[in-house]
Amino acid sequence: MTHFPRTLIFGGILFSIFLLGALISFVWTPADVEILQITARFKLPSTAHWFGTDHFGRDIFSMIMVGARTSIAVAVVAVGIGIALGVPLGLWAAANHGHWLDDFIMRGNDLVFAFPSLIIAILITAVFGPSAFNAIIAIGIFNIPVFARISRGGALSIWTLDYILSARVAGKRAFRISAEHILPNIANLLIVQGTIQFSLGILAEAALSYVGLGVQPPTPSWGRMLADSQTMISIAPHLALFPGFAIILTVLGLNLMGDGLRDILDPRIRRTQR
Amino acid sequence: MLQFALTRFISLSLSLIAASVVIFAVIEIIPGDPASFMLGINAQPDTIAALREQLGLNGSLLSRYVNWVSGMLVGDFGISYTYKVPVSELILARVWISLPLAVYALAISTLIAFPVGLIAAAKRGKTIDITIMGTTQLGIAIPNFWFAMILVLIFAINLRWFSAGGFPGWEEGFLLSIKSLTLPAIALALPQASILARIMRSSILDTLDQDYVRTARAKGLSQRQAIWRHALKNALIPVLTIIGMQFSFLMAGAIIIENVFFLPGLGRLIFQGITQRDLIVVESVVMLLVFAVIIVTFIVDLTYAAVDPRLRKR
Repeated sequence: MTHFPRTLIFGGILFSIFLLGALISFVWTPADVEILQITARFKLPSTAHWFGTDHFGRDIFSMIMVGARTSIAVAVVAVGIGIALGVPLGLWAAANHGHWLDDFIMRGNDLVFAFPSLIIAILITAVFGPSAFNAIIAIGIFNIPVFARISRGGALSIWTLDYILSARVAGKRAFRISAEHILPNIANLLIVQGTIQFSLGILAEAALSYVGLGVQPPTPSWGRMLADSQTMISIAPHLALFPGFAIILTVLGLNLMGDGLRDILDPRIRRTQR
Repeated sequence: MLQFALTRFISLSLSLIAASVVIFAVIEIIPGDPASFMLGINAQPDTIAALREQLGLNGSLLSRYVNWVSGMLVGDFGISYTYKVPVSELILARVWISLPLAVYALAISTLIAFPVGLIAAAKRGKTIDITIMGTTQLGIAIPNFWFAMILVLIFAINLRWFSAGGFPGWEEGFLLSIKSLTLPAIALALPQASILARIMRSSILDTLDQDYVRTARAKGLSQRQAIWRHALKNALIPVLTIIGMQFSFLMAGAIIIENVFFLPGLGRLIFQGITQRDLIVVESVVMLLVFAVIIVTFIVDLTYAAVDPRLRKR
């Protein structure tokens, strides 16, 4: 039986709390996040409002639950874009190693890497208008080269193995070899990288929403909540504290999960660990 | 070495060309006409026509691109539509806030990360190492703009040691200006310092496993002497790469942090450009930032190749 590292368990629990909150928010939140109750604004945390209320009297706990939905959804789709486009590109490049195609794809990758991602994400959302969709695209684009590079690297080492040679002798084409033999063998690498990109996606979404280029109100998002709280931080610090903690704990949970997963999934690390 | 520098230079030029094409394309794909986009929905047709003329929009796509790029090469970024002054002037006035901020943050990050990473590596597996690793894990998870707000809350609002934002201008005195950049620089530096400390630690641990370090230990050097005399120098190579890469994060992060602290730097300029639909400003500043990042990467690559001959072969 595999021994689960503590980082994986702790990170998994942390992340599950927010994932669960996000899922529950579809059917139930303690209060309606779109109903404004000005009379109940700036309430400190209490039994009625666990995390207090904001400047419009909205329940912060409920907003954090719905905000988790936004953050996780944006990050999941952005990572999905990276995997869906990056992995085939990387596998294709590896299958054509030594050919100009490989060089071409990898130089294209380097190019995207050279771009300061947040700046370009800001440019994209600024030009196409701020929305969750554009934020996803902007974050997703920069996930493509990450997955392309990692799957090419992993695939290249597998292409040299004997069983790939026998598959080629058996007449399998590069496409089938990539799909049937290489992809399953680099899945571990992709899972670990996916967790890391997921946490980066959450941070990027928060940053874009914070500057007003992400999810638009009235949909709650953690970054947006922080932006709103900024001018009121001296009178109501709890407005800034709770969304901040939510971001930190989610990202921390994912990063710890990534570390733990790498420990059990990445054979290179398993071997070098003492 | 010369050949290495030359190939790197060619790839740098290609990156810059590609970057300019992408940025130009993004601005060009905007549905409809940039002039009417900039002027908003209530614009008069003759105003739009005048702006189109001013922006040089009547030429072909290629000639517009060539004009834009050749202008930038001689420092002519065009004229801001809202400020009515050359964009280069706007940039010049603001770069002296953004650049010192990024450098200040990089300095803080490095100054924290080096000793912290070194201690963690030297005390591998001990309580202090575990504490440091846990703290850096937290540091990576903290969004810098949130940390900035908390710094303002503690040091500006409660303790009143610093101002909550704004920039007095370098002519008001060096110390005063540096003071107003201190909280923003700390906020920017924290996540970077956490990443750097972890890389410093693992990089030293990697070199400690090398044969030459074992030889040094076998010759009677203590762990500490082995780190100082042999491991550190070699461990710095990957650390330098990350420092180079962090510059790009710092420039991008500065865009957001400048907004938290109301610093009139390039980041504020971009956002003002976005809200006022001043696309000439946005596209020029973005291009400039990409240029800065690519140049820094180039310099880092060359520095390595000078330090480590093995890298030139790649």
